[in-house]
Amino acid sequence: MKHLLSTADLDAATATEILDIATEMASVSGREIKKLPTLRGRTVVNLFYEDSTRTRISFEAAAKRLSADVINFSAKGSSVEKGESLKDTAWTLQAMGADAVVIRHPASGAPHRLADWVTGSVLNAGDGTHEHPTQALLDAYTIRSRMGRIDGLHVVIVGDVLHSRVARSNVLLLNTLGAKVTLVGPPTLVPTDLNASVQVAYDLDAVLPQADVVMMLRVQKERMTDSYFPSAREYSRRYGLDGARLRRMPAHAIVMHPGPMNRGMEITPEVADSPRSTIVEQVTNGVSVRMACLYLLLGGAR
Amino acid sequence: MPDILIRNARVLGGEPTDLLLRDGVIAEIGAGLSAEGAEVVDGTGLVALPGLVDLHTHLREPGREDAETVHTGSRAAALGGYTAVCAMANTSPVADTAGVVEQVYRLGQEAGLVDVQPIGAVTVGLAGERLAELGAMADSAARVRVFSDDGFCVADPRLMRRALEYVKAFDGVIAQHAEEPRLTQGAQMHEGDVSARLGLTGWPAVAEESIIARDVLLAGHVGARLHVCHVSTAGSVEIIRMAKARGVRVTAEVTPHHLLLTHAKAESYDPVYKVNPPLRTDADVEALRAGLRDGTIDIVATDHAPHAAEDKECEWAYARPGMLGLETALPIVLDVLGEDWPLIAERMSYAPARIAGLDGHGNALTAGAPANLTLVDPTVRWSVDPTGLASLSHNTPYAGMTVPGRIVATFLRGVPTVLDGKVQK
Repeated sequence: MKHLLSTADLDAATATEILDIATEMASVSGREIKKLPTLRGRTVVNLFYEDSTRTRISFEAAAKRLSADVINFSAKGSSVEKGESLKDTAWTLQAMGADAVVIRHPASGAPHRLADWVTGSVLNAGDGTHEHPTQALLDAYTIRSRMGRIDGLHVVIVGDVLHSRVARSNVLLLNTLGAKVTLVGPPTLVPTDLNASVQVAYDLDAVLPQADVVMMLRVQKERMTDSYFPSAREYSRRYGLDGARLRRMPAHAIVMHPGPMNRGMEITPEVADSPRSTIVEQVTNGVSVRMACLYLLLGGAR
Repeated sequence: MPDILIRNARVLGGEPTDLLLRDGVIAEIGAGLSAEGAEVVDGTGLVALPGLVDLHTHLREPGREDAETVHTGSRAAALGGYTAVCAMANTSPVADTAGVVEQVYRLGQEAGLVDVQPIGAVTVGLAGERLAELGAMADSAARVRVFSDDGFCVADPRLMRRALEYVKAFDGVIAQHAEEPRLTQGAQMHEGDVSARLGLTGWPAVAEESIIARDVLLAGHVGARLHVCHVSTAGSVEIIRMAKARGVRVTAEVTPHHLLLTHAKAESYDPVYKVNPPLRTDADVEALRAGLRDGTIDIVATDHAPHAAEDKECEWAYARPGMLGLETALPIVLDVLGEDWPLIAERMSYAPARIAGLDGHGNALTAGAPANLTLVDPTVRWSVDPTGLASLSHNTPYAGMTVPGRIVATFLRGVPTVLDGKVQK
């Protein structure tokens, strides 16, 4: 595996390998000395064109626990803000000897472009409304930890599917790993033309009793002003997850959210803070999964 | 200027014959012609076509001379077999006054490789708010007859109606870039399964079709001529077919790239495939080909859109839309339609000249006709090399593709602009 750009690039064996390695990495994170020498002398650049402290520090922690040298390159206040192109930035990173570039970018496909211009590995940390592969992997890891398996489960993804990179990566990966996926949201926020491997439903209450996993998506503020739905209140009423809806779910079913949450919008505090919620675990698991990805991209091939 | 004697060329693929070009016209056609002192061009194995006419070219001058100039674009056109191109108005400054269209016209004359016929903007600054001085452009030295805000749609229905009506006074035509702007905000590619997967904002077919439906009704209502630029969807073909059946004076164009490529190309995220309107589905390509064959679509136009490297070597969303077309149009059409030379002449020369009102172009190759013609070797297949093209820019979507048909020579009023595949200026 040279790059991680899309979960579509992962077959079931590779995805499972990442989850298995992540399990081993998690045991490192439980030790007093949370560090492995695996990537000593290798350089990982975090190239962030969007503010995302959560994702950046997760990658930074992952790289550091593997003893890699980490360079944080934030678009703010850098040459990028002075108008440097992605291609020129790529050449700069190349010249600095980056072995891997972790890129977060507002334009879909930017990591694909970058991969054409650098010789090192490119790891997509979220590109526009396209994909966020490590989020899907950490979600899969979390599901497997909680439920013991992924194959055969019914995962319901709720919210702004149209603009969600988390949803895209999850649909692809969950299909690969044998789960059944149902997308639920207002029709305005579901793509008009999806492949046949997913179900689409508009009635959340009807779907919840059949769910093993309910994954809530963040609703961006700007959607509210662009007539995707009439009001935040109406959205919450139809597609928000509250206590009453939680009780419609089977007793074993879990609730996930990639964060950051809009409490009171797509999820109520009662649900977010309930024992059925995996939201904090997802953050913890993120570091282990990202360690596994960096290990496979950089260490494995040596 | 010496006379030119073309030996053994097959006019529209017919039997080999000689053509004598003298004083800007085809003086004689027939077997075994002789002419004292004439320069002889061996046309053996070559097909003679009337000089191609492009109704939709972006020459970028004035304003973006780093991407293309009238001169470099003229070279590309001549090498593509063209003897006339219509230069779109979205330059900087916009071609919305007699002054700018005359400047472009004169630059074309100075380049002297093809007739550059400026298209005038419909609205001031392409802003879609008030009419540009259409009459002044029509009366200028550039004799503008085609008006277009191409790049933008004349979206306001009332303004579109006025424009259609107003240009009737000088037999003008409005060439509409059909795109309902409210339906394409932030749009990056065709709205479909590929855009859903790639996370790129969709440009729905209905944004084009709804404007065409409106405009054919408007044109019918006021009895005006409408030309539809770069038709890209099956639904648009259907609407135009219906309108023609109802007697509306509508003509339509399709680009070579919409006849060949689909939205699947976007999967690379390489913006060389980003174009407006976007590449669509296999079903759309099939409908466009059928429409071109049956005459629903009147012409092939290139929408030649050069862009500087920095406007394409970037993220998809930040790239400018558009592709080169002049030097590859005939090969792509040959690939799509096959060697149906009379049909190619109609769609790429006669009909576009008629729509643009270019009397000196698009004439059948007969004695007495202006000597605007091109010679094509249909047996040669060549690989498209972006840096080998005459255009200043390199944004061809056909890089590395092998295409049929090499343009060997082009003549503008009897003067060779291309000989042996090489431009003469």
